[in-house]
Amino acid sequence: MSSTAQDVSGLPDSEKPLLTGNQTFASITATISGIVERKTPPIWYLALGAALSLLMVLFGSIGWLVYEGTGIWGLNNPVGWGWAIINFVWWVGIGHAGTLISAILFLLRQRWRTSINRFAEAMTLFAVSCALIFPAIHVGRVWVVYWTFPVPNQMGMWPNFRSPLLWDVFAVSTYFTASLLFWYTGLIPDLATFRDRAKTKIKKFVFGILSVGWRGGNRQWKHYELAYLILAGISTPLVLSVHSVVSTDFAVSILPGWHTTIFPPYFVAGAIFSGFAMVVTLTIIARKIFGLENMITVNHLEKMNKIILLTGSMVGYAYGMEFFIAWYSGNIYEQFTFINRAFGQYGWAYWIMVSYNVLVPQLFWFKKLRTSVPVMFVASLFINVGMWFERFVIVVSSLAQDFLPANWDYYSPTIWDVATFVGSFGLFFTLFLLFIRFLPMISMAEVKTVLPEADPHYVAPGTKGGHHE
Amino acid sequence: MAQIFPEWTNKLPTYAALGAVVIGAVVVGFIWYYGSPWYTDVGYRPAQPVPYSHKLHADDLGMDCRYCHNFVEESPHANIPPTQTCMNCHTLILPESEKLLLVRESFANKQPIEWVRIHKLPDYAYFDHSAHLRAGVGCADCHGNVAKMEVVSQTQPLSMSWCLDCHRNPEKSIRPLDQITNMEWTAPDNQAEYARRMIEERNIDPPKDCSGCHR
Repeated sequence: MSSTAQDVSGLPDSEKPLLTGNQTFASITATISGIVERKTPPIWYLALGAALSLLMVLFGSIGWLVYEGTGIWGLNNPVGWGWAIINFVWWVGIGHAGTLISAILFLLRQRWRTSINRFAEAMTLFAVSCALIFPAIHVGRVWVVYWTFPVPNQMGMWPNFRSPLLWDVFAVSTYFTASLLFWYTGLIPDLATFRDRAKTKIKKFVFGILSVGWRGGNRQWKHYELAYLILAGISTPLVLSVHSVVSTDFAVSILPGWHTTIFPPYFVAGAIFSGFAMVVTLTIIARKIFGLENMITVNHLEKMNKIILLTGSMVGYAYGMEFFIAWYSGNIYEQFTFINRAFGQYGWAYWIMVSYNVLVPQLFWFKKLRTSVPVMFVASLFINVGMWFERFVIVVSSLAQDFLPANWDYYSPTIWDVATFVGSFGLFFTLFLLFIRFLPMISMAEVKTVLPEADPHYVAPGTKGGHHE
Repeated sequence: MAQIFPEWTNKLPTYAALGAVVIGAVVVGFIWYYGSPWYTDVGYRPAQPVPYSHKLHADDLGMDCRYCHNFVEESPHANIPPTQTCMNCHTLILPESEKLLLVRESFANKQPIEWVRIHKLPDYAYFDHSAHLRAGVGCADCHGNVAKMEVVSQTQPLSMSWCLDCHRNPEKSIRPLDQITNMEWTAPDNQAEYARRMIEERNIDPPKDCSGCHR
């Protein structure tokens, strides 16, 4: 069975085994459970301390915001949407890679997803949690944020279903719920493994409850796999719909630079782009620290880089198309907006956006670069920054100079804008550190299915290997 | 391997689900009833500094509301009368009354009496008494039969949905303009037809959008 042989360098990409290092069912369980079962490394406490400190910054900033109001932010008369909305769109966008990996790649039978899907789905959940903070606090009077939900009340008040901001509430909360269910369903067999391996009574009890009676019987697998398939089917449209709805926050308005039909696909491509960049960033760190190079191979990373190249180029196409349409439409306001974007007071941000999002991914045309871990790590960081600037350019440059020149102003953030954003990383990393410490960060049950042992069949003597042709 | 959970725990999910439904219903019901202005606001009856009786003045003596609240037809605010209005009569009627001591003090010191406000609308809700009166909405529609109250209390919730109920269906509350201060007025049989005519004639179009009241 050549798939498990060590020397695979001669094989084409499509035939390389997904896992390296002669993995077996037992070794996979041992490696992944081992991360959680071994004594907590000091570095984890150090990292958690740092994350919790940032989390306190977030809580402090929100507390001050609730007490004092949105006046503590850098918002001014034309720019009524600042970092809060930029951060919201950025965080939601990041989540999309997780759903794409877990749902779309599952339906497309992309078996390489098994090594990274758990991790990416967790990232989705935590990114969406961070995202949800911002629209909730940007309303100023946080205690009445429940008005966005259709709750019967004594005010006779009902949400305005014609407003895209309301669509957002539904899109993002649906997204979070579906992602959570999908993630948890996927976790059940692994939680049962943890339960069975648990040494202490408390662990047995906790994992016993969490694994909801999973025994791994044939009938359970039948129902489980069907449920997983259905959830993948439910999540698939969300990959496209959530960020499309987010884009309508802008596209439904009449502001030049926002009011364009390209926004939904452009936002979705950008979301997947930034999400994959974040997955690459986090995966590289995790596989290095926990020694998972055999589970998450360079092959996996290379495949993600190809998606980054594809979506990055789509984003680049959208940037170009916006300029083309501004010219082609003959609309002078549209033309002004785009020329002003590139060469006006926010030109610096525009060129950061273009160079980080369009030029940097072009490195991945070269196999040497897209398989080099240091190169892709740095590139993914650039893309994360670039995609934040994309939202900054969209939100701020269109608002700061709209129809009435008398209203024009320059927007810059205050220390509280920065503290809230930086603080949201505290929430993200706190959740992430807890996740990698207490839950299996790679799906043991799923990753076993890509081993040759999981797919036994007859191979005629003398043929090259165990692959379907 | 030994069982982690005893057998009775098999029923726990069912009980938990049932419990969640019951608790949910109780919470919703609790807020529905006890959180409503019908519970929290209606019946508010603070003690006033002077034991003024609307029943005595408006019912027994038959004074018109507008003798004291004299701006109500002209201004958004239905004024609380100044002490001078009281003294129009009380310089001659019961000039030595113990109960009116505070009124006489207020008059002598030129310091207003600190009446306690009962009907409170939030500052962000714009309300205009004169507009409502001109449309033909009676005092009693919002304030109840004040002429029967020894001490005034709130009879309506003054919630937003309560305002909107009437703004959406004003027919029930539109009366002839000379019946506005009549506390005993009841709608005649042809009210619906009459109200439709008046809505046309008086050009009544109560605002139903946010900015109608939240300006």
